[in-house]
Amino acid sequence: MNVIQTLRGIFLTDFLSAFVLGIKEMFRRKATVNYPFEKNPISPRFRGEHALRRYPNGEERCIACKLCEAICPAQAITIEAEPRDDGSRRTTRYDIDMVKCIYCGFCQEACPVDAIVEGPNFEFATETREELYYDKERLLSNGDRWERLIAKNLEQDAPYR
Amino acid sequence: MSGLIENNGLLLGWLLVIGQILLFTIVLLLSLAFLLLMDRKVWAGVMMRKGPNVVGPFGLFQSFADFGKFLLKEIIIPAGANKTVFLLAPILSLTLAFGAWAAIPVAPGWVVADLNVGILYLFAVSSLGVYGIIMGGWASNSKYPFLGSLRSAAQMVSYEVSIGLIIVTVILLAGSMNLSDIVNNQQGGFWTWHLFSFNHILMFPIMVVMFVMFYISALAETNRPPFDLPEAESELVAGYQVEYSSTPYLLFMIGEYLNIVLMCAMMAILFLGGWHGPVALGSDFVGLFPAWIVNLGHLAWFMAKVVFIFFLFALTKAVVPRYRYDQLMRLGWKIFLPTALVCVVLVGGYVVYAGVQS
Repeated sequence: MNVIQTLRGIFLTDFLSAFVLGIKEMFRRKATVNYPFEKNPISPRFRGEHALRRYPNGEERCIACKLCEAICPAQAITIEAEPRDDGSRRTTRYDIDMVKCIYCGFCQEACPVDAIVEGPNFEFATETREELYYDKERLLSNGDRWERLIAKNLEQDAPYR
Repeated sequence: MSGLIENNGLLLGWLLVIGQILLFTIVLLLSLAFLLLMDRKVWAGVMMRKGPNVVGPFGLFQSFADFGKFLLKEIIIPAGANKTVFLLAPILSLTLAFGAWAAIPVAPGWVVADLNVGILYLFAVSSLGVYGIIMGGWASNSKYPFLGSLRSAAQMVSYEVSIGLIIVTVILLAGSMNLSDIVNNQQGGFWTWHLFSFNHILMFPIMVVMFVMFYISALAETNRPPFDLPEAESELVAGYQVEYSSTPYLLFMIGEYLNIVLMCAMMAILFLGGWHGPVALGSDFVGLFPAWIVNLGHLAWFMAKVVFIFFLFALTKAVVPRYRYDQLMRLGWKIFLPTALVCVVLVGGYVVYAGVQS
């Protein structure tokens, strides 16, 4: 056995230096973020909860092209569409199964009119699975709720797209 | 205790004893709550975390919140478990942990039972603690708890040997098994503490080694990291506590921490001069105050020493990786036992030929 190693074992030098290191670490800046009270900054590209956006005049953007449904790798999106009374093509059903969704962001990449987007909200935990089956109404209301942040994020990210 | 009964009559004496026990228990449990928090805070600090800081100022009431949570949860008893033993184990573990504290003197005369073989009593009762763990592991009727309790039993038995021999060296130096006498043997200043024992300068290196070995053995004896193999979470989930929930788990937890603090208190008493401060104050100065205030000062010194050693325990938990089981056994039997034996012989020889004791 190595003599130096044995001596270090006897005098517990490794343990003592570990103690000193541990005490030093105690006085360093803490990495903790007190989560519900303070949050980390998030990127404008952050892919959180989905939302369906509207035009400024209140008309919904989605034109039911179904590109998002086609590209969705988890097949979480279900769309049914019919011409509306005024002749424009609109969705009658737009469901996202948030349990299936993998938050890859392909739907917002595919969307030609920036209708479906993934907003900055990540705090949408629920107590039941059923509450995570989002329908069109829920997605539109998300869009209304987060519109200002979503628009700002899209604007900030636009030069890099 | 017997003195109280002789001086005050049987009934009043018993009431006084019960009062003492209640007071001691409550103070001990309250201190334990904050020591637990300190454990978690130190652990967090080394990891650059903040630790619990939501309940109360700086998270001071975290332990009480945990206590409430444990009480309100459902007690789950596994279908194949031996119900009686399963529920008896945590109670036994807690009772023994509390029982051991009866002999600990916290200040001159402030001790529930001033036994003249106090250290033997302590040793016996803290050794019995392994029964709670074995019963819990066996009665769970599950593999992880059983393996955990077997490991715990082997580990505690191994390290008790070296702890016993280390205690023998202290007994030899102090010439008494009464804990109060052992503490009083170290009065006069930090240079007479058994850890330094500058008044027997030849013993200084030996007692330092004994202190470090006692510290490490105490870690193993109380299943603390780096010797927490009985509850090694990467191998045994939580060892003998796997099947426990709610109050029984809480009792195990309190028992375990009481044992840890008991070991800290034993180290303070055996090596760090117990309630004596590092510098002896003149009797002229001390005489200015009533006895109970002086005793409170002694209690503060005792607590400070216990907290300091507990801090070392918490720090060890944070910085040291877990031992492998064969390394643990090698350390206990091949290194600590022979070293302690040699030291007992050396201290014994010194005591006889230097004529330390009357």
